[in-house]
Amino acid sequence: MSIEPTTLPVRSGEDVVKVRQAVRTLAMDLGFSLVDQTKVITAASELARNTLTYGGGGEVRIERLNQGPKRAGVRLTFEDRGPGISNIDLALTDGFTTGNGLGLGLNGARKLSHEFDIWSQPGVGTRVTITRWK
Amino acid sequence: MDRVPILRLGDCLLVTVQVDMHDELAMTLQDDLTNKIVATKARGVLIDISALEMVDSFIGRMLGNIAAMSRILDARTVVVGMQPAVAITLVELGLSLPGIRTALNVDAGLALLRRMLDEGGEGTHVD
Repeated sequence: MSIEPTTLPVRSGEDVVKVRQAVRTLAMDLGFSLVDQTKVITAASELARNTLTYGGGGEVRIERLNQGPKRAGVRLTFEDRGPGISNIDLALTDGFTTGNGLGLGLNGARKLSHEFDIWSQPGVGTRVTITRWK
Repeated sequence: MDRVPILRLGDCLLVTVQVDMHDELAMTLQDDLTNKIVATKARGVLIDISALEMVDSFIGRMLGNIAAMSRILDARTVVVGMQPAVAITLVELGLSLPGIRTALNVDAGLALLRRMLDEGGEGTHVD
């Protein structure tokens, strides 16, 4: 499967599973180690669930990055048009949640990624981009 | 409808998670398991996650909930078979699964459950 970038919907629990599977397929294809595959799949799972639970659903763009023969990576961009996040610093604090989760998702995804970027505006939506290099 | 099968092994229940669980399935498992503990008067629960390719905060929370609920229902829970890559990722994620006993495989898990039941059962048997 090398038709990246791919955009997948994130509108149900089954969609979250499909996102995980698509990310795994790409990470395997790029030759990620098992540990690195697991990290990027787990980060994808956390962010997909956030998109679903807090953003009211949205989509994810899955990109293959190839910067020279030795620098391959996966970039994921999750986007929703939900209520947005009013205090991003607080949302990135371990243990903080407005839902009923553990409050580890957003910051956990950041810890599992090499690059992390978040944009959010109350009333407009949220966009989270992560990159994990091989 | 999708369900994770729950097998009975003497006074214990064995759950082998073999599919990539979506969140609703995890919630159903939580409900099914608590009902089954009561229905079968099980004393121990063994959850085999060797087929799981990842454990994120949601599944981690589900495992913690199952352990807490079964404890209240007088049963002990042991999670077995976690893949090394999953353990490494969990720790980096900041999830240490407090309150959950683990073992490397089903055999070791059953032995641990047996010891936990032998040691911790005082006061619960009045017959």
